[in-house]
Amino acid sequence: MFQKKECVVMLLAGGQGSRLYTLTESTAKPAVQFGGKYRIIDFPLSNCINSGLDTVGVLTQYQPLVLNEYIGNGQPWDLDRSRGGVMVLPPYQGKNGADWYSGTANAIYQNLNFIDRYDPDYVLILSGDHIYKMDYAAMLDYHKKMNADCTISVLEVPLSEASRFGIMNADENGKIFEFEEKPKQPKSTKASMGIYIFNAKLLKEYLIADENDPNSSKDFGKNIIPKMLDDGKSMYAYPFSGYWKDVGTIASLWEANMDLLGDKPEFDLYDKNWRIFSRTSARPPQFVGEDAKIHGSMMSEGCEIYGCVENSVLFDGVYVAPGAVVRDSVIMSGTRIEAGARVEYSIVDADTVICAGAVIGAKNEEDKIAVIGTKLTVPAGMTIAAGEMVNEAKLSELKEGGNIA
Amino acid sequence: MNAIGIIFANLHERNIPELTRIRTVGSVPFGCRYRLIDFTLSNMVNSGITDIRVVTQYNYQSLMDHIGSGKDWDLARRSGGIKILPPNMRYNQNYMGGAHSRLESLMGIAASLNHIKEDYVIMADCDGICNIDLDDLLRDHIANNADITMMTKRLNINGGLSETATIIEADESGRITDLAMNPKYAEGEHDVALNITVINTKYLQNIVQEAIAHGFTSLTRDIMMRNKEERNYRIYRYEGAFATISSLEDYFATSMELITNTAFRSALFGIDRRPVLTKVRNSAPTRYTDASVVKNSLIADGCTVDGTVENCILFRGVKIGRGAVVKNCILYQDTVVGENVFMNCVISDKNTVIRDGNVLAGHPSKPYFIGKNQML
Repeated sequence: MFQKKECVVMLLAGGQGSRLYTLTESTAKPAVQFGGKYRIIDFPLSNCINSGLDTVGVLTQYQPLVLNEYIGNGQPWDLDRSRGGVMVLPPYQGKNGADWYSGTANAIYQNLNFIDRYDPDYVLILSGDHIYKMDYAAMLDYHKKMNADCTISVLEVPLSEASRFGIMNADENGKIFEFEEKPKQPKSTKASMGIYIFNAKLLKEYLIADENDPNSSKDFGKNIIPKMLDDGKSMYAYPFSGYWKDVGTIASLWEANMDLLGDKPEFDLYDKNWRIFSRTSARPPQFVGEDAKIHGSMMSEGCEIYGCVENSVLFDGVYVAPGAVVRDSVIMSGTRIEAGARVEYSIVDADTVICAGAVIGAKNEEDKIAVIGTKLTVPAGMTIAAGEMVNEAKLSELKEGGNIA
Repeated sequence: MNAIGIIFANLHERNIPELTRIRTVGSVPFGCRYRLIDFTLSNMVNSGITDIRVVTQYNYQSLMDHIGSGKDWDLARRSGGIKILPPNMRYNQNYMGGAHSRLESLMGIAASLNHIKEDYVIMADCDGICNIDLDDLLRDHIANNADITMMTKRLNINGGLSETATIIEADESGRITDLAMNPKYAEGEHDVALNITVINTKYLQNIVQEAIAHGFTSLTRDIMMRNKEERNYRIYRYEGAFATISSLEDYFATSMELITNTAFRSALFGIDRRPVLTKVRNSAPTRYTDASVVKNSLIADGCTVDGTVENCILFRGVKIGRGAVVKNCILYQDTVVGENVFMNCVISDKNTVIRDGNVLAGHPSKPYFIGKNQML
């Protein structure tokens, strides 16, 4: 027995996120750590539960282990339900063969059976690579009020940056008349946030048609949305204002973390009316030692700080030894920064050791960020230049090169 | 593990009346993000016990709120799991204020003791702060074919005992020869009960029925002292780190030891695969502003530090205002310290507000205590 749900959420979380380099070598992008104790997917999942949406399918494909384990039964987000709740939807083998998800539209198409069980009126499509707080219920109200077939959430971006986005050209009532993917000469500044609400029946028709079109690349932005527009469907742009960041690149991931710092952070994690939930490990409180210096930073439980931490985000269980310095950096869970090491303008992934005296990254005008992968040991005294991407292979190369001071 | 757990949440509350006025001993906050019961519960869970009953008499709202469904300890289960057992009051029966001893508490939950398929029961109070593998205790109990085994620690008691402490005499083989509750005459080194006890399930069931029949009220006086010749009562000496709270001053000193004594801290929190589990509150990480100066402190998540913090224990969601100087303080959940406040040796209960510019000071031997929800 499946209870009817007004709206089912489909969260696209299968992306590799190749522009995050070593951070996504063994983890899907939505499972990348963000903001001292979260993973990227916590934001859409928390938005769902805070918006009263309790039926969420999470479509996974690339390196799903960490992500699946993290989502688990959905308990941290109150999505462990008997009716609805969160459900991980990997690609599967069917009667007519097995298929990987070949595009965003195909991923939803392959899971129409999941959607059908709840007989929803609406389907909300989200992606798992953005940091923002948004009330999807308000967007759904707008969708209903406009009597739309499809509503797309849009954000005003500076004209200079508009050519990086899918741009929605809409009339004064918000009705979209044109969609341009990364236009050279943008006509408006309404950028699509990759958040769509569809009337469920119509979506199903279009997905089936698109699946049968051999020339389609099975993508919402490239195929489904333009096709609906061509067919004269009623499509509306829902204006969103507030913090929204695509953390698909090293630079933007670092920036978004930095946006949490300072006296008046650009992005507020402390709003009691819109809490961001996450799965936490049982760690003791953070300990700050006698000679520690901590300024303008954020850190989580299990950290032990004896050195200097400035303008940085530290995840749970990070150890900063006496005499070590961490500045303008993001240090993920369980990483150790040993005595006298210096880490600046860097992202260091989880469970890595930066041995004594090593120097990672450097302050630079272009905000070039050095990245150190997970479970690595950067030997004592090694210098890693600003903007360097270090995974296991690169580290052995550096070791052979004798780049040790 | 072939044992269930029974936890007494209220016992020893008269040792710390300030902190237990509105809560059980089990729900007294300790160590930044824990409640005392977390240590007992985690010891049981980490030792493989999956059926735990928490006996309580009054003041148990905070306890119930803390434990919830038990999911944070993996105790939300279809079979076993955690059960809170409040007093068994009946219509038309005068309730006389409840049980004051372990045996009375057990009599109150007699019906719940009838169907236990495990062969042993591990009983523990909430006044012990430790990280112990209870499997060692149970193995010792079984190997010695004991009826009851009480965990003890050799302590020099010249410094005084808490009002509710029991000292135990045992012969060289470990067999108990005498038990005494807070004896004023005792001096020197003795085995002091850590209030963690193993008992055979059948024997426990018999004791409870006998106590109901005869009106017995004390496990030590009415049962163990009477039967110590015939029965095999034993001690199990624990050598590791253990702290108990005998007064508010003692609470303050033990809390500060978490900061100053690295060995104590790692004996509690640093043991691999034996984490201390607690209720997840989902606070954001703690934020330190550019003006923050922090040293020698234990700090939970969800705090905002905009001032100076030295030798402090900050629970979740504490706010320290700009220019404030806070030293040697224990600030409970959501305490707000205003701008330019000076505080030394203060314990603030939950949701207290210390407004801008206040100066408050206690002394390590007499910490200044601010009750819950107060505003200064």
